[in-house]
Amino acid sequence: MKCQKCDKPATFHITELAGGKPHELHLCEDHARDYLTSPGSETGLATGLVQQMQEMAKQMAIGQTADELAKLDQQECPVCGITFYEFRSQGRLGCPHDYTCFEDQLGPLISNIHGESEHVGKAPKRGSGGSEKRTQLIRLRREMKEAIDKEDYERASEIRDQIKRTEAAE
Amino acid sequence: MTRLDDLTGRSGEWLRGSGPEADIVISSRIRLARNLADFPFVSRAVPRDLAQIEKLLRQRILEIAVPDDLLYVEIEALEDVDRQFLVERHLISREHAESRRAGAVAIDCREKFSLMINEEDHLRIQYLQSGLNLEGVWKEINAIDDRIEEKVTYAFHERLGYLTACPTNVGTGMRVSVMLHLPALVITRQIDKVFRSLQKINLAVRGLYGEGSQAMGDFYQISNQITLGRSEEELLKQIGDIVPVIIDYERQARDFLVKESHENLHDQVSRAHGILRTARTISSEETMHLLSSVRLGINLGLLPDLEIPAINQLFIHTQPAHLQKLSGAELDTTDRNIERAQYLRRHLNKEEEPGEAEKN
Repeated sequence: MKCQKCDKPATFHITELAGGKPHELHLCEDHARDYLTSPGSETGLATGLVQQMQEMAKQMAIGQTADELAKLDQQECPVCGITFYEFRSQGRLGCPHDYTCFEDQLGPLISNIHGESEHVGKAPKRGSGGSEKRTQLIRLRREMKEAIDKEDYERASEIRDQIKRTEAAE
Repeated sequence: MTRLDDLTGRSGEWLRGSGPEADIVISSRIRLARNLADFPFVSRAVPRDLAQIEKLLRQRILEIAVPDDLLYVEIEALEDVDRQFLVERHLISREHAESRRAGAVAIDCREKFSLMINEEDHLRIQYLQSGLNLEGVWKEINAIDDRIEEKVTYAFHERLGYLTACPTNVGTGMRVSVMLHLPALVITRQIDKVFRSLQKINLAVRGLYGEGSQAMGDFYQISNQITLGRSEEELLKQIGDIVPVIIDYERQARDFLVKESHENLHDQVSRAHGILRTARTISSEETMHLLSSVRLGINLGLLPDLEIPAINQLFIHTQPAHLQKLSGAELDTTDRNIERAQYLRRHLNKEEEPGEAEKN
């Protein structure tokens, strides 16, 4: 495939997710660099988001040949049946399980968007299912122990209550 | 239960123009994105799934709400003008208004919370309040989220947090935004500088109606982009720390204008007021632009007879769907511009000659 802007072969395949409708770009290295480093875009206000999405597109495309990309694209979620290609073109995932089955592709993307890879903050009081509930309890017990070690008894008693609630949840 | 038409003549709490820093901060808003663990995300869900999701969440919302305070509407059942009406009031997103699937919205009668069902995620909880009060908003929305979660299992991942249809919202699923009125930074051409510095610290700046909307009336929403790896408290603090800095810039710019070009400023405010109270036909864009000058003028004591809540309300009531609802007729652009001018004259001249609009 040729670059859309010159006659060199297109080695970068970028899906632009910003601005409502996704569209695909096939570019040579030089034009891809120009495209990815140029400041976006039509809506002066949303530039932050556009840049971020461009970063996201870059992360998806760089260092992969068209064949490799095509292979990744065909991978399908066994739960909802969405392919990675469909996600790339729509920018929306199909079900919660996608985060597990597309982990390899989504991991770098998520780190790129957020600069982090692990959630900190609120969690549902009810565990969502057996194994997760158990790991949550394990984590809570560890946190309670840490709080007691630090002599933060107020926090420890909060965690104890949380453990009770988690255990009581169906 | 409240009806949609009950909302028309009044305005939401967030336009009250009260609360801390209300001369510059219009509103504080938080939204949480949540999904049910047992269903595909909205874009992948079949109509039967969507109907079930809607039913399940509706039941839960009705259980925890005070019935008299609640307005619950199915988006599919609404006319276009009513959908647009809810967008103009910031109660549903544009995406939700345009959706043709089984979606709904639950709103309390003071228009502080709004729960959108089957928007981009199964549930989007929004809490909106006038002035700068992020801690208060977080307390309210956190409590609503907890109550819903008592009987609903959310999609949650040990490492990634709340799972959302778009990976840009994963983690806390939380967007904190503060809407600011920054006319002096616009007049003194410093607004771009402010934007650039906000972008550097990963904050988004949007217009009055969110993503992609222009900065109508010098209103700007500042919000977090990152949702993963920072706790809710950290996200609140990030916005909570930066907003006073911007408020301070805006105040400095206002002081500068008052000191250095008082005549020009007073002229701009008076002319804006003059046009708004005499025009015979006026576009929405021009109205927003002029109302912004009037709002600045009131805050600087240049228009002593006008009050902020009334002007806040005019920003919303002069928009297309509101004009049509208020006049009870479908209007094309030309007729809307005439109706808008009439509405403005009626509200800005009320103390002088009550019959002015009709007399001519």
